[in-house]
Amino acid sequence: MEQPNLSYIETTSGDDKAFKYKLIEIIKSEFPSEKQVYFTNIESVNFKETAEIVHKLKHKISILGLVKSFEIAVKYENNLNNNNTEGKEEFESILQLITDFLETL
Amino acid sequence: MNCIIIDDEATGRAIISQLCSNVASLNLLEEFSNAIQAIKYLNQNQVDLILLDIHMPDFTGFDFIETLKNPPKIILTTSDSNFAIQAFEYDCIIDYLVKPIAPERFQKAILKAESPPSKKKPSVETSTEKVEITSGNDLYVNINRRLIKIDIPSILLVEAKGDYIHLKTEDKNYTVHSTLKKIEKKLPDSLFLKVHRSFIINIDKIIDIEDNSVFIKKDVIPVSRSNRKELIRRLNLL
Repeated sequence: MEQPNLSYIETTSGDDKAFKYKLIEIIKSEFPSEKQVYFTNIESVNFKETAEIVHKLKHKISILGLVKSFEIAVKYENNLNNNNTEGKEEFESILQLITDFLETL
Repeated sequence: MNCIIIDDEATGRAIISQLCSNVASLNLLEEFSNAIQAIKYLNQNQVDLILLDIHMPDFTGFDFIETLKNPPKIILTTSDSNFAIQAFEYDCIIDYLVKPIAPERFQKAILKAESPPSKKKPSVETSTEKVEITSGNDLYVNINRRLIKIDIPSILLVEAKGDYIHLKTEDKNYTVHSTLKKIEKKLPDSLFLKVHRSFIINIDKIIDIEDNSVFIKKDVIPVSRSNRKELIRRLNLL
C-alpha cells in the first residue's frame, strides 16, 4: 500500500520552514474533526453529507501524496452520491493510514 | 492585484495564502471560510481577484458568483475537474485550478488574471428529461417507477443538482430525475419564483432576506442579481 509523504508540502513551502510546520499543524488539527464528521454521517447513513466530507478529505489525501488513495476516494464519493457505500472499507483504511502518519509528525 | 480567498477548508486557505505570498503582484486582503461572509465583505469592498473554492456547504462557488453584481476576475479552486464545463458559463472565471495546486500552475493562473480579457468563452447548455405531472394542488413525481404525490404549497424550494432536482417540502425531501425548467412550468407563478439558476423558492416560506440571499427554514438560498428585482416586486413591502 502506498505511504503518505510530505513531498507536496515541502514543494509548496520551499525554504519557508515556518509555513511547512504551520501547514502540518493545520492538517493535524483539521483532519481529526473531518474524520469525526465522516464517521458521524456514515453511521447515520447520511449519504449526501458523507459524500461532502469525503470530497473535503480528498484534498488532504492528495496533499499527502496518496495518488491511488485519491482515486479510491473519488470513486467512493461518486458511490455515496448514488446512495451506495461500496468502497467504504478501503476509504476508511486510508483514513487510518493518514491518522497513523500524522501521529509521527 | 487585491485578492481574497474563499475556501471552507483551513488547509486549502493556508496553501493558497502561501502561494499568494510568493507572487509580488498579489495583495491578499482577506480569507473567508464561507461565501456569506465574503458577500458581506464585497458589499463594502472592491477586489480585483477572488480565489474561490467551488465545493462548499450551503453556498457553492457558482451560487456565490451568481450573487455578484459586477464580479471581479475569479480563479476557481477545486479537488476535482468535474465542474470545468460549468465554469465556462461565466466570463469572470479566468482559470480553474485542481487541488493540490502546484506553485507553477498557480503562477500561470495569476499571469492570466493579470493579462487583458480574452474573447468571450462559449456557453454550455444542459437539458434533461421530464417526469412530473400536476393535478390541482398536487404534483406527482416519478421516483423508482412510483408516482408520489406532493402537496404543492408544502414545497419549500427546488434545487437543481446536475441531472436531478432536489425537492424540499415541510416534512420530506425528494430527489427526482428532471430539470428546474420543467418543474418551473408545473408550479404556480403566484407562489413560486426562480431566484437563481439553480433554485426555485416558495415565496410564502421566506423567513428573511439578507443582501443577496433568502432564508427558508434552515436553508440559505442565493438570489441572482437578475432575479432580485422580481423577488422584491413580489414581496408585500411596507
